Amino acid sequence: MTGKDEQEHWLARPATIKRLWWGFAVLLVITVLAQLIVHVKGYFVVDGWFGFGASYGFLACLAMVLFAKGIGFFLKRKERYYERDDDTGGDANA
Amino acid sequence: MLEYLPPAFVLLIGAALIGCVRGALRTLVVLTAPILTLLLVWQVPDGVVFEVAFLDFAIEPIEGSPVRRLFALIFTLMALIGGLYAYRQAAWHELAAAYAYAAGAIGVSFAGDLVTLFIYWEVMAIFSTFIVWNGASRDAQAAGIRYAIMHLLGGVILMIGIEGLAVQTGSIDLRPIRAVDLSTWLILIGVLVNAAAPPVSAWLADAYPRSSPTGSVFLSAFTTKAAVLALILLFPGESVLIGVGLFMIIYGIIYALLENDIRRILAYSIVNQVGFMVCAVGIGTEMALNGAAAHAFAHIIYKALLFMSAGVVVYRTGMNRCSDVGGLFRTMPLTAICGIVGALAISGFPLTSGFTTKTLISQAAAQESMAFVYFMLAAASAGVFLHAGIKFPWFVFFQRDSGLRPKDAPWNMALAMLIFAGLCILLGVAPELLYGLLPYPVEYQAYTSGKVLFYLQLLLFSGLAFFLLLPLMKRTLTISLDTDWLWRALLPRIAGHIIRASLKIGQPFLATILKSLARLRGVAAALLSVSSAAPDAKPSGLLARSWSIGSTALAVLVLLTLYVLAYLFWNVHT
Repeated sequence: MTGKDEQEHWLARPATIKRLWWGFAVLLVITVLAQLIVHVKGYFVVDGWFGFGASYGFLACLAMVLFAKGIGFFLKRKERYYERDDDTGGDANA
Repeated sequence: MLEYLPPAFVLLIGAALIGCVRGALRTLVVLTAPILTLLLVWQVPDGVVFEVAFLDFAIEPIEGSPVRRLFALIFTLMALIGGLYAYRQAAWHELAAAYAYAAGAIGVSFAGDLVTLFIYWEVMAIFSTFIVWNGASRDAQAAGIRYAIMHLLGGVILMIGIEGLAVQTGSIDLRPIRAVDLSTWLILIGVLVNAAAPPVSAWLADAYPRSSPTGSVFLSAFTTKAAVLALILLFPGESVLIGVGLFMIIYGIIYALLENDIRRILAYSIVNQVGFMVCAVGIGTEMALNGAAAHAFAHIIYKALLFMSAGVVVYRTGMNRCSDVGGLFRTMPLTAICGIVGALAISGFPLTSGFTTKTLISQAAAQESMAFVYFMLAAASAGVFLHAGIKFPWFVFFQRDSGLRPKDAPWNMALAMLIFAGLCILLGVAPELLYGLLPYPVEYQAYTSGKVLFYLQLLLFSGLAFFLLLPLMKRTLTISLDTDWLWRALLPRIAGHIIRASLKIGQPFLATILKSLARLRGVAAALLSVSSAAPDAKPSGLLARSWSIGSTALAVLVLLTLYVLAYLFWNVHT
């Protein structure tokens, strides 16, 4: 039912995705440049700087993703991790 | 007369009726019980409505105040729309449990004293466990037991604290206190267990995703937010809560980023969002408490909406993992759009309810000159967009074409989602509707051009970070270790060792005991002569055969004489 002849949904076409990326980029530039006209009130000085919201948002996300990635090396286990434990626990009792 | 009827009772009766009637009548009960409750909730006046004497204490089953009515209102609304979402798909016992669970939350909202609070607290624990058990898998049963143990333990801690406070002060009145001694600390800890605070946050992400697609919608709403209300009423301005809240915010983001299970991502983001509220209660100013209450109200709506959207996906596809789904927007446009609205609201995008409530909390932090808290909240807002705002809709509805072509939501689920999606936007564009219900007067302008621009920058660049960092966020078939490793892996391992060791040590003793038991059995068999081979055969043992009346009477006489002698002997000597 997902045959190749089926027309790909317009939202999933490469051309649309390319256009979306362009639109997104323009939007990003606008939100930063808008700060030339709109005054952003800084409660703690730095948050009123030009483009602070943009850079802070980006860097915070970068830091969180990298931190998650790093801590994931220690925390990630196979999905069945606890069940395997349950089984051996069951065997021990039997 | 009617004002003496606690609103929670109406919903409890509704829950009982759901089990008694069926068909159209059950539908009627499901849809009218919350509406009746809503009418009662709205009529609860300020102050204690009535008192009942219990021992030396005054039990106050109903006490009204704006913040209590606000929470009761959203709990009841949640029961109503959740009932609409679930009534055609959920088992009747899940619906009944959900209504009783909601009744517990409403009871907590109006509890005027700590004993009433505790009773409804336990009602919530019991019936939410039933909802977890309604998840079909074997996992759900085990998770339900872990969930119940955690909440019963939390309840015990809370109860000890309440009793200590009652002994010390002679009062069980529910009023703001400080965590200064053991009993008040125990109360705080007992409440925080239900708020999914560290170090036991793991119970939430363990249990909620294993419930049924409809059950998780109810679970997302009540327990943690009732705990937030209890914190607002008991511990406003308790500064330790700021740190606890900030930890929950970051914890929720990091674990959600690592997660692959659709509903577990949302479960971690509950911890994250409740962290905002806990932090706000810790700040404790009027504006912060307004923010905590408003954010809880908005959060219940958009979080339920997210769980509804995820629930439809699980219901239609039977799949729970991001790595199994993708591209579902093709055949589930409505579910996708509602999910996106919920995701935008949780991220606090301007024009959604998240923006008008979360910024109240940030603003309160700014007013108190708490720079660290303010910047952490801002980073967390970006992180929420990252882990829930984009991640959830992206991996479920877009990402790649999984080839799945499930049908869109059934009409009742669709209607429930549309109502909540509408509310997310309504509270975003007309925040004064909610601000008017808050406990303190609101002098806050959510939409200033500078603030909107700041948050747009923050969120849109978080979006950019998400798509640029996508290669780092590949879904893996993994779970993440948490403190629950202690009781899910370490404790069973230790218990296994202890059992094995004691078996080894006890082996000789056990052998002796078994041998003496076997010998005793031989004696008994000789006396009774009941052969196990032929149990129906006529018994021939000394004590088993039929005696003549005379010898029976003689035996009884001897026994009685011995008894009388023993009795006399005993009396003489004492």
